[in-house]
Amino acid sequence: MNLNFTWMAWTWPTAGFFLAILFLILCMGVWEYVSPGGNPRTGILRFETTRGDRLFISLLGAAFIHIAWLGLIDASLWWALLLSLVYAICVFLFV
Amino acid sequence: MEKTWNNKAWFMVLPVLVLVAFSAVIPLMTVVNYSVQDTFGNNEFFWNGTQWFTDLLRSQRFWDSLSRNLIFSGIILALEIPLGILIALNMPKKGAWVSVCLVLMALPLLVPWNVVGTIWQIFGRTDIGLFGYVANALGFDYNYVQDPVDAWLTVIVMDVWHWTSLVVLLCYASLVSIPDAYYQAAKIDGASRLAVFRYIQLPKMRRVLTIAILLRFMDSFMIYTEPFVVTGGGPGNSTTFLSIDLVKMALGQFDLGPAAAMSIVYFLIILLFSWVFYTVMTASDAQN
Repeated sequence: MNLNFTWMAWTWPTAGFFLAILFLILCMGVWEYVSPGGNPRTGILRFETTRGDRLFISLLGAAFIHIAWLGLIDASLWWALLLSLVYAICVFLFV
Repeated sequence: MEKTWNNKAWFMVLPVLVLVAFSAVIPLMTVVNYSVQDTFGNNEFFWNGTQWFTDLLRSQRFWDSLSRNLIFSGIILALEIPLGILIALNMPKKGAWVSVCLVLMALPLLVPWNVVGTIWQIFGRTDIGLFGYVANALGFDYNYVQDPVDAWLTVIVMDVWHWTSLVVLLCYASLVSIPDAYYQAAKIDGASRLAVFRYIQLPKMRRVLTIAILLRFMDSFMIYTEPFVVTGGGPGNSTTFLSIDLVKMALGQFDLGPAAAMSIVYFLIILLFSWVFYTVMTASDAQN
């Protein structure tokens, strides 16, 4: 079998992006194995979230932070990444 | 009793995972790859960073079609949901007319999108279409090919005709499941028709209404075939919704990079809305 993925037009940055997502999902798996149950709790959004929900909220929020950054601000995109990390930490602490 | 944990069951979802990977994840990854590159065909790609996203988010064209789409979805929800509830409330609950009404309601849902578009495209024409001809004969200056307002009117009426039935059927299913005891109690209390609706029927319909709103929002937000067949996005760009604009960009202009960037932003907006709806639905269920 000759698998050819050139049609997918891979680049290193996008491969890195997807590997990072995969790494995060694997980390969540390990976390779940170490401490099962997903740690459900009701945070500042006033509905129950598990760790998986919090990761999803972090990732979705990060996507919109990056989009807003690209649309509104000319500064380096790394700042948006930093902002997203701060946002993700807040989500994991308070949501 | 202690709940048995057996994580081996997760392997049962493996076939679904493979299917989703082939039908959704791999194409999505490809779109992400396209969105940061430029191509002139021949499977050759050139790195372009986040330029397509910057261009897209600062282009009037994108915001115009996005706002057209949001306005369209807003109008669709504002019309179809109350109308659907109203029709469902007035449908017979017993007797021979139930089947007649249900079949009549289900008919528009069975017509394929492109056929609905063709029906209304001809129906609205001023030369051979019944609606267009009659409207003009009555003195209305109706012409959906030239007038943006008429084009919007046609597309909205078409969508209401096609999809209100879905809301009706969902609401009707939930209405007939309300036990008679509720209505008897309301009668004893001397509740008005409005009070019965407000305190019995509406709360019972809440769940299906959330689903109906979610379905109608997503469908109207990604609407393509019907307006494309009727107006082709015109006159001018007045009915060019996001999906029509996207196809123009990707297939008409062969601008795969910008189109991929637009797809991702489009996808994120839908994901956000769906997540909000889903969360509101499950959170309110948990409260009950």
